[in-house]
Amino acid sequence: MSINEEQVRNEVREWLKENWSPNLDLVEWRLKLADSGWGMANWPAEWYGRDLPVSLVPAVEEEFSKIGALTIPKSGIRMLAAATILNHGSDMHKEKFLKRIITGEDVWCQLFSEPGSGSDLAGATTKAVMVGNKWVVNGQKVWTTSAHKAHWGLLLARTDMDETKHRGLSYFIIDMNQPGVETQPLMQMNGHASFNQVFLTDAEVMPDFQVAELGDGWQVATTTLMHERRAADSLRSWGQASKGDGPIYDQERVETETTMQPYKWYPQRAGRVDLIMDRAKETEAIKDPAIRQEIAKLMTLHKSAEWTARRARAAQEQGKPQGPEGSLGKLAASNVARAAAKVHTLISGADAMLTGEDSPMDGIIAEILVSFPASSIAGGTDEIQKNIISERVLNMPKETRFDADKPFKDIPRNTVS
Amino acid sequence: MKFSFSEEQEEFRSFLRRFLEEKSPTTEVRRLMATDAGWEKEQWQKVNTELGLTAIAIPEEYGGQGFGLSEQCIVLEEMGRSLLCAPYFSTAVLTANAILYGASEEYKKKYLPEIASGDLTASLAFTEETGAWDISSMSMCATKNKNTYRLTGIKSFVLDGHMSDLIIVLAKVDDNSGSQRLALFSVDSTAVGLTKNLLNSTDQTRKLAKLTFTDVEATCISSDDVTEAMHKTFLKSCIGLSNEMVGGAERLREDTLEYVKMRMQFGRSIASFQVTKHKATDMLADVELAKSAAYYAAAAFDDGESDIAATASIAKASASEAYMQTAINAVQMHGGIGFTWDNDTHLWFKRAKSSEVFLGTADFHRELMMQSWDQ
Repeated sequence: MSINEEQVRNEVREWLKENWSPNLDLVEWRLKLADSGWGMANWPAEWYGRDLPVSLVPAVEEEFSKIGALTIPKSGIRMLAAATILNHGSDMHKEKFLKRIITGEDVWCQLFSEPGSGSDLAGATTKAVMVGNKWVVNGQKVWTTSAHKAHWGLLLARTDMDETKHRGLSYFIIDMNQPGVETQPLMQMNGHASFNQVFLTDAEVMPDFQVAELGDGWQVATTTLMHERRAADSLRSWGQASKGDGPIYDQERVETETTMQPYKWYPQRAGRVDLIMDRAKETEAIKDPAIRQEIAKLMTLHKSAEWTARRARAAQEQGKPQGPEGSLGKLAASNVARAAAKVHTLISGADAMLTGEDSPMDGIIAEILVSFPASSIAGGTDEIQKNIISERVLNMPKETRFDADKPFKDIPRNTVS
Repeated sequence: MKFSFSEEQEEFRSFLRRFLEEKSPTTEVRRLMATDAGWEKEQWQKVNTELGLTAIAIPEEYGGQGFGLSEQCIVLEEMGRSLLCAPYFSTAVLTANAILYGASEEYKKKYLPEIASGDLTASLAFTEETGAWDISSMSMCATKNKNTYRLTGIKSFVLDGHMSDLIIVLAKVDDNSGSQRLALFSVDSTAVGLTKNLLNSTDQTRKLAKLTFTDVEATCISSDDVTEAMHKTFLKSCIGLSNEMVGGAERLREDTLEYVKMRMQFGRSIASFQVTKHKATDMLADVELAKSAAYYAAAAFDDGESDIAATASIAKASASEAYMQTAINAVQMHGGIGFTWDNDTHLWFKRAKSSEVFLGTADFHRELMMQSWDQ
């Protein structure tokens, strides 16, 4: 009954031999992947997959990369959309959306966060009201990557003000190309605009674009967020386009470049510890005993965080239950980013006041100094992380809630929504 | 590199933990720390014979079990956790390694089997009154008189130096070419001219002695210069101590968590205050990161990793900061009761303090790291 890895590898190799060609058009190639199921082999066989266990996917991917065959675009919000639709969507959703996700033709965005609800995502106040035979949506969303290019949005909206907070939310797929959807770039303190604000003014959603039942919005959103967390964990690997010569590779490079554009400053956000020793030697800051201490403190933190991640992985590979070391990565990364920004400042001295071409490394150092605060906010603030770890890992009492049982309309909330 | 404990290692750890919980409860720690000796020979030999703890990392050819530093670090972590009062670190870590790396074959064969069997306790006298841990800063010189050597001078901060059967002394000696080399000498603890003063150490579970040598007869047990051997001994001891320290830090963290969950104020558990929850999470992060560094360093030593000097210093710096910070937080989170003698927190607080300094503070090790990266 169990599927043998060698068997799977043979099948992939066989299929690739028959089908792969670098002379194909990218979409044409990916249509083959969708039809054969080799693009997302762990998906159900009836929906462009092959019902393979997730554990065998790396073997499939390895066979692809051995001969330089391209896979499907496993990056960006579109994969979160696919996971959500597979879990909660109707057959109509699967039919309409999954194939164009595999080919990369459709761009997706996630309309969850609002100016009035960040850490408290379930406090969303964007409203969807049934008017005639359509949902009419009004509200404002924020931190929306790729909204300006997106064809479809994953929308969390409030459908019942009299219900409790979590039960009053529903989940929709919204057409981003319509008059009621206006997208504006949101400029960050580091000068980049990686995200958008989306203003929804009488935007329309057809009833069959609702995902799951009315009031199930929070549950569905949790699925999306779970996949987002996983994608964030593997962020480093999915930024790279395959190397190769030929039109299909050029097409993929353009696609990757576009998808990764918003994330260009992410390495700087993490503090660029990799630059520290070279910068310290180059500037001779390494001769300063006080700076030496700070560099060594940073390296101690950085190395022990790295070893903690390795320890967690090793335990996981042995099939042991996750220990506390597995939950500390994000907090440790915030601490490393903060410490690194401090040390880069010490190393750069007066140059740390400058930016752009006047500053060290053509602005890279300056970008670190104004990007690191995002580490401890994005994807769950340090404070929320500490609540979660103390409650789930240390079994400490849960925060007292004032918003769980009352109708949402009676809960105090931000006036700007 | 192997970076996870095997099933056998985990079993050994939990067996040892249960054993030490039974043999070394804090009532026992308090009884022994109040004595001048700091430990009891008969009791320690019984424990050691049953578990073979001093033999664990000594090569089989010298009567040991031939395990690596990683295995010995499990023992050290559990001893640090229970604050076991025993001459283990002095004998089986500092001295055994100095002999293993620095002594000539004759003396390895003479001493290591006796250490492995637990019959011999030994102290390594290398630090002097300056308290410098740097091997090259040692000033004691041995003088040669025909075939015997004589030692004069002071060695201080010698772990268990007042009680050990054997003292191994690091001192310089003139070699035939007229320059000096570092050598190891063995001195009987009852030698004429040797005065042993027990120092008043804040951490009563870790006894330190000042040894004054006045023309004491000594046997040179090394043939070559031992600078390299002592460096290796120092690194290994730093890694060992780091593992011992994270064991203590984890125990403190767990006890403190248990206490705040139980303590009621303002009509609620103080563990329900967000400030307490966040502090508890910070403590978890401090201890877990220091544990990773300590475990990694032990595995890296066993694997012969080239950057081991920096790695050992990362482990020690990390453990020094984490243990002390955990201890400070532990007292704070206990509140008034945490500042009393009757409460056990101060036992680990003081161990954290002595370990923070022993073999070099975090600052000292950070400078060592930078030296090894910036050559």
